[in-house]
Amino acid sequence: MSTLARKKGFWPTVWDYLTTVDHKKIAILYLIAGGLFFVIGGIEALLMRIQLAIPENDFVSAGTFNELMTMHGTTMIFLAATPLLFAYMNAVVPLQIGARDVAFPFLNSLGFWLFFFGGVFLNLSWFLGGAPDAGWTAYASVALNSPGHGVDFYILGLQISGLGTLISGINFLVTIINMRAPGMTYMRMPLFTWTTFVASGLILFAFPPLTVGIALLMFDRLFGGNFFNPALGGNTIIYEHIFWIFGHPEVYILVLPAFGIFSEIIPTFARKRLFGYTSMVFATVLIGFLGFMVWAHHMFTTGLGPIANAIFAVATMTIGVPTGIKVFNWLFTMWGGSIRFTTPMLYAVGFIPSFVMGGVTGVMLAAAPADYQYHDTYFVVAHFHYVIVGGVVFAILAAAHYWWPKMFGKMLNETLGKITFVLFFIGFHLTFFIQHFLGLMGMPRRVFTFLSGQGFDTGNLISTIGAVLMGIAVVVLLINVVVTSVKGEKVGADPWEDGRSLEWAVASPPPEYNFKQTPLVRGLDPLWIEKMEGKKGLTPAEPLSDIHMPNSSILPFIISIGLFIAAFGLMYHNDYSWGVPVAIIGFIITFGTMFLRSIIDDHGYHIHKEDLLKDDNGGVQA
Amino acid sequence: MHVEEKLTAETFPEQPEKATLEGKNKFIGFWVFLGGETVLFATLFATFLALRDSTAGGASTQELFDIKLVFVATMLLLTSSLTSVYAIYHMKNFQFGKMQFWFGVTVLLGLAFLILEIYEFNHYMHEFEFKLTSSALGSAFYTLVGTHGAHVAFGLLWITTLMIRNAKRGLNLYNAPKYYVASLYWHFIDVVWVFIFTVVYLMGMVG
Repeated sequence: MSTLARKKGFWPTVWDYLTTVDHKKIAILYLIAGGLFFVIGGIEALLMRIQLAIPENDFVSAGTFNELMTMHGTTMIFLAATPLLFAYMNAVVPLQIGARDVAFPFLNSLGFWLFFFGGVFLNLSWFLGGAPDAGWTAYASVALNSPGHGVDFYILGLQISGLGTLISGINFLVTIINMRAPGMTYMRMPLFTWTTFVASGLILFAFPPLTVGIALLMFDRLFGGNFFNPALGGNTIIYEHIFWIFGHPEVYILVLPAFGIFSEIIPTFARKRLFGYTSMVFATVLIGFLGFMVWAHHMFTTGLGPIANAIFAVATMTIGVPTGIKVFNWLFTMWGGSIRFTTPMLYAVGFIPSFVMGGVTGVMLAAAPADYQYHDTYFVVAHFHYVIVGGVVFAILAAAHYWWPKMFGKMLNETLGKITFVLFFIGFHLTFFIQHFLGLMGMPRRVFTFLSGQGFDTGNLISTIGAVLMGIAVVVLLINVVVTSVKGEKVGADPWEDGRSLEWAVASPPPEYNFKQTPLVRGLDPLWIEKMEGKKGLTPAEPLSDIHMPNSSILPFIISIGLFIAAFGLMYHNDYSWGVPVAIIGFIITFGTMFLRSIIDDHGYHIHKEDLLKDDNGGVQA
Repeated sequence: MHVEEKLTAETFPEQPEKATLEGKNKFIGFWVFLGGETVLFATLFATFLALRDSTAGGASTQELFDIKLVFVATMLLLTSSLTSVYAIYHMKNFQFGKMQFWFGVTVLLGLAFLILEIYEFNHYMHEFEFKLTSSALGSAFYTLVGTHGAHVAFGLLWITTLMIRNAKRGLNLYNAPKYYVASLYWHFIDVVWVFIFTVVYLMGMVG
């Protein structure tokens, strides 16, 4: 099968994407699916802000508000932020290390489809009797008493999508360990690759506890288990521990790649190499390590006792040190550089003070005695939105503008991009800055309305106006995407003209084999080194020869559908007699397909040297 | 070296599982996966330890466990780990028949272990009314030991599939890594059982 001549048209394209194992196409799938869930989560947020705009509003009921707040958190963390970061990791990391693909292209596709079907399953709850309403943490004490099947959608949907995330994490770890081009030592890897590496390690050790935690919840809710039922000796605090052993590292799974994105953007547009590269790597690894030592700071008020609280408080504050190292390194990278304020750079510059504010409130919350005052108020809501939106979402939007030309071959419109930035930046601070003060004045979080005359009215109205501005910003971004796809001009390999890492050395979008000849990496910022020596392309590390490629496959899609079907069976097995058979059919589909994958040999195919010579749009030109 | 290469005992590499890039990827990827599995079992162990005395008036671990049955099961599984080492030893020497034989012994021992475990669970449920639904201890016990048992069952199906699929074509650099990671998985199951034997059964009978 020669993929150089592929059929064009709508259905062939759909089939191509359903079966693709190419990391660049999987990146586009992650971007579309993650973007869709981002919009859904954003609409849920807007509905909540409309409800809270004025006191004693009856726009949505208390029950619906609980569903909105649960689904907003769950969707944004698991179905929007993580997959959008995976989109950039897939698009960029193999290119940055000079690889032709990830280590396990088949598993890459499987990881995406598992995430996608898990997310669809979770969101179908809106149409099938009500969404989960126990908060994104689904604490057992709340979740076990939630009527209907809402929480079951959460439990089963997250098991499926969590499996996909774990598989993708393992894939990136092996890719970065094994697939680096000659000369690409660990200490020459771009920071985005480094942060992907550490975040994947965190996924590996953090997602299994989540799987166990919600599996135990599943036993209690659906199969008569008693893990969290005090009447038969269970203990609900166990769930809180297990959840946060996952939940806190999850924060770093999201924010480390965000740090990586800004560590790529800032040197590019300051036109200076990253200040303190070694300390940046060290800080990344240290944050990843400490991320597992601090989970109980989410549980200060649970009553663990002063010694446990003190240990976790100190450990939490310690994370401020490597994070501070990073902030100063970004500032020193810009210091004395000749800065270009492109859209991605604007996000980077906006990110630093926004994220530092989230860090400062983080240290405030880490002081256990003070946390007794802040706990469960809007102060906490303000804090984590400053970290997640000010850190992760800014990075996702910055990366969308920065790597769009690499992924799609066209530049997003810079004017519209800057409008998006200004609206989003102002809207963000308008929404969340005031929430610090609402929290300090005592407004509790996760409550669907408030009485007037408590000093909350103006603050909440301002917050809602800010949320609307963020919504408009996202609409402008979507318009930008449409305008660019219709009218945008094709760009070359290095559209920002100051690219430093290997992804800017290949065509935009890159050919399916990425590099015609594997490049030889001669130092940090390999493309910049070649440019400074006056060369046009990279130095090849091998002669031109046949390239081995993996075959595309529909099996990952079918494996994921099997679990999707089985989840319905498990959820309804207490209500309907068809539950158990449907679950069995689903598992047979999944395991049967895995069996087929095991017994059918798949050696891939080769792109021949003669075809490569004809195809001059990519790779290394020595 | 290339996947589809025809090999003899002389040309077969010393570490066939890592001779190709695909093999190397599988090797590292599987070790990494086992790291995640370790955390999964660690979480189940922690839950069990927290709930081991929560009998809710039902049978306690001291009343339930019988050292003879568990000891036999332990010996079966430990021996199966040893026989899988023999299988990999013969794989490295390119002796396909002997490798298949020792993997076959591994599967039989694993199957015997699994039958004993099913008998054990059945015994607890009918003699002691000790079920997943009867107490927090029951939930924790069956989930931890049952997850291990499910791993054993999956491992048996996996190794059997490999043996039947490759029975006629012998060893090559495409299936050598597959056999190798299956044996790694089997060792992992064995290590987890050593902890279950200690933490669940021995501590349950004494402590």
